[in-house]
Amino acid sequence: MDNEMAIVETDAEIAEPEVKMAETTLRVFRGDANAGATVDFQVPVAPGMVVLDALHYIQGHLAPDLAVRWNCKAGKCGSCSAEVNGRPRLTCKTRMDELPKDQPITVMPLKAFPKIKDLVTDVSWNYRVNKKIPPFEPKRGVDWKISQLDVDRVQEFRKCIECFLCQDVCHVLRDHDKKEEFAGPRFFVRVAGLEMHPLDGADRTGLLKDELGIGYCNITKCCTEVCPEEIHITDNAIIPLKERVVDEFYDPLTMLFRKLRGSGGSQKEKSN
Amino acid sequence: MTANFEVREHDVLIIGAGGAGLRAAIEALAQGASVGVVCKSLLGKAHTVMAEGGIAAAMANVDAADSWQTHFRDTMRGGKLLNNWRMAQLHAQEAPDRVRELEQWGALFDRTESGAILQRAFGGHTFKRLCHVGDRTGLEMIRTLQDRGVQQGIDVYMECTVTRLLMDNGRFAGAFAYWRENGRFIAFKAKAVVIATGGIGKAWTVTSNSWEYTGDGMALAYEAGAELMDMEFVQFHPTGMVWPPGVQGLLVTEAVRGEGGILRNKLGERFMEKYDPKRMELSTRDVVARSIYTEVREGRGTEHGGAYLDISQKPAEYVKKKLPSMYHQFKELADVDITKEAMEVGPTCHYMMGGIRVEAETGQSTIPGIFAAGEAAAGLHGANRLGGNSLSDLLVFGRRAGMAAAAHAKKTAYASLDNAQMQEAEKDLLAPFANTGESPYAIHRDLQTVMQSLVGIYRTAEDLERAMTELQMLKARAAAASVEGTRMFNPGWHLSRELKSMLIIAEAVTKSAMARTESRGAHSRIDFPELDASTWGTKHNIIVLEKGEMVRREVPVEAMPAELKEILAQE
Repeated sequence: MDNEMAIVETDAEIAEPEVKMAETTLRVFRGDANAGATVDFQVPVAPGMVVLDALHYIQGHLAPDLAVRWNCKAGKCGSCSAEVNGRPRLTCKTRMDELPKDQPITVMPLKAFPKIKDLVTDVSWNYRVNKKIPPFEPKRGVDWKISQLDVDRVQEFRKCIECFLCQDVCHVLRDHDKKEEFAGPRFFVRVAGLEMHPLDGADRTGLLKDELGIGYCNITKCCTEVCPEEIHITDNAIIPLKERVVDEFYDPLTMLFRKLRGSGGSQKEKSN
Repeated sequence: MTANFEVREHDVLIIGAGGAGLRAAIEALAQGASVGVVCKSLLGKAHTVMAEGGIAAAMANVDAADSWQTHFRDTMRGGKLLNNWRMAQLHAQEAPDRVRELEQWGALFDRTESGAILQRAFGGHTFKRLCHVGDRTGLEMIRTLQDRGVQQGIDVYMECTVTRLLMDNGRFAGAFAYWRENGRFIAFKAKAVVIATGGIGKAWTVTSNSWEYTGDGMALAYEAGAELMDMEFVQFHPTGMVWPPGVQGLLVTEAVRGEGGILRNKLGERFMEKYDPKRMELSTRDVVARSIYTEVREGRGTEHGGAYLDISQKPAEYVKKKLPSMYHQFKELADVDITKEAMEVGPTCHYMMGGIRVEAETGQSTIPGIFAAGEAAAGLHGANRLGGNSLSDLLVFGRRAGMAAAAHAKKTAYASLDNAQMQEAEKDLLAPFANTGESPYAIHRDLQTVMQSLVGIYRTAEDLERAMTELQMLKARAAAASVEGTRMFNPGWHLSRELKSMLIIAEAVTKSAMARTESRGAHSRIDFPELDASTWGTKHNIIVLEKGEMVRREVPVEAMPAELKEILAQE
């Protein structure tokens, strides 16, 4: 098997598709919310092939009703998320030649979301959470000049492609299913992008503490590890946001000040 | 009224949730209309997300001499004067405001030293004109529009496919659709519709387009009786990936050339010197695509049948900063470090200049109440689109279509949904479950082969005639296609419907290409290599459904007013 692969790779000019190709086994979940099991498929392996190519091969030749989400096949849209050999990944960026060759490649749906069919899960909860976040609010009466440094900082968060792998791996959602109380890493990244925008005038600190439940995060950094965009979710988004919540709601001086003024919080001075 | 499925009502229905659809939705809502957006994928995954290089707008932040007049002139010349001049004018005039508006909604672009929006060079643009965010401009744009739209209160029907526009004695009445998740049917009652479903790249084998690009909206409009225009003009982007096989066709942004990337053949020659010595790599896409194709055909191609595109002469940090997606794409998918080695690239089917024929100001098709915007509409780009003019097109004409659709809805009452049409739509959709033919995937592969080999960059009468014969056979096979499984999220079933759209549009492209006996922009005829200004420079091909038959007609190119002619004549 390895030998054949090597021939294809080093001598590509004379290699023809008719040449017998190496095959591998894909072990894919088939089923729905009620029942299901993995099914093995034999798939020919081409150079540079990714897991999504293999899933497309299955759809095109073996099981045309295999349910898979995908769009760009270029790591830009975040549609093709699944758990490959137990790890949440974009199947369009998971190279077959990086995975162990002596065992089947297992492809399972995201565990943190309800199953619909095969590899497709119901991610609509994410869209409901997103609606809770107040949108960008341009500061009034300012000259619209922004430095590249500020753009770079915020762009890290805006790189997010909403693949929801961070949501899938986060134990607060995956193991404890705190979907009512907790928004998940994706939405802390979104809030960070808004809060750290130099010309945003809204305040979302109270929301972070109450509706979005940022306190549930105990910074295990699992989200950062699976992010295909390499966003430093924990260090650059969640921790600074937690600090803002602490500053506003748990800082003894601020608490005293608030008590004296008799207000309920949320007068924030934006600090970037 | 059929009661066995869901019926929803909206003043304005929008089909497609890419840049044009979302911008139209935001505008229609701002005008007080109730708005429903239907899209085949999850929200935020539309093809706009893949746009890389930037939005063309004459903001003059980097090159102070830029103006709407120059942008207008570049667009018209790039389109080989077949553009709708009024659309080209409105586009050039309004694009800067549309970009500034995006910023007010939270988008963040790369900056100049003084803190203004940075602009980069691109093919066919006289000045540095493309507002951008590294090479992920589309993501920034779609996320901004998505969040804005949702916050303003659009209703979104995700993973829902419209299969038919419903008419009431020639009046638009609504649309019939199904939920991809469970296969259940849903009907929309609406006063106006904006079709913003993009193009048809998936009819070709090598394409930068996602599975959604199956020409649905154009086919829906055509079947409802609207006219399609300029369908022979399909853009092949010069630089798609060529290796490994799984990523063949994947887009390599023009920004690589905008940032200084150089094209070479396997002999190391900078071959653009031969084809366009003045503009070199930043020539228009039609020219660069043909140049690469010719180099390969004449035996000077790379190992995997492309050309080398090299940006490694720029500092590695600069490349990673300005082209981060490209860096990762090549590193992860092709084992190529673009800061050190050249990329291998070749033409890939990318964009449809033709589409639904619309009025310049409103985006209304030839049928009242049916509007179109973005790639699904024809006119702005003529025979060839300039890079960066697509994102600005979405914003300028998405907004205009949304505004006009809302205005139309205000003065219109709901028409009634016709049971017979809905039952027919239902029957059509369910037929593949009872059929005994082959898998739609096999038919799709064959369609792609036909279009790739016979209706590609270079065309001949002989090839096009053969393509037409093949398409008729494919239509018969598609009508008999059978699907396995249930109506629950069944991609094979979904494809069986999309095949119908692709076949209609593929036929429209082929029919128009046969008629146009000249070479202009993206349409290159080996048997008619010259531009024919006196005959074909004066007319557009129109495709329309008449008495069940696809009919081709010609309409004259609209005369341009004197003041625009003057602008066009300047150097």
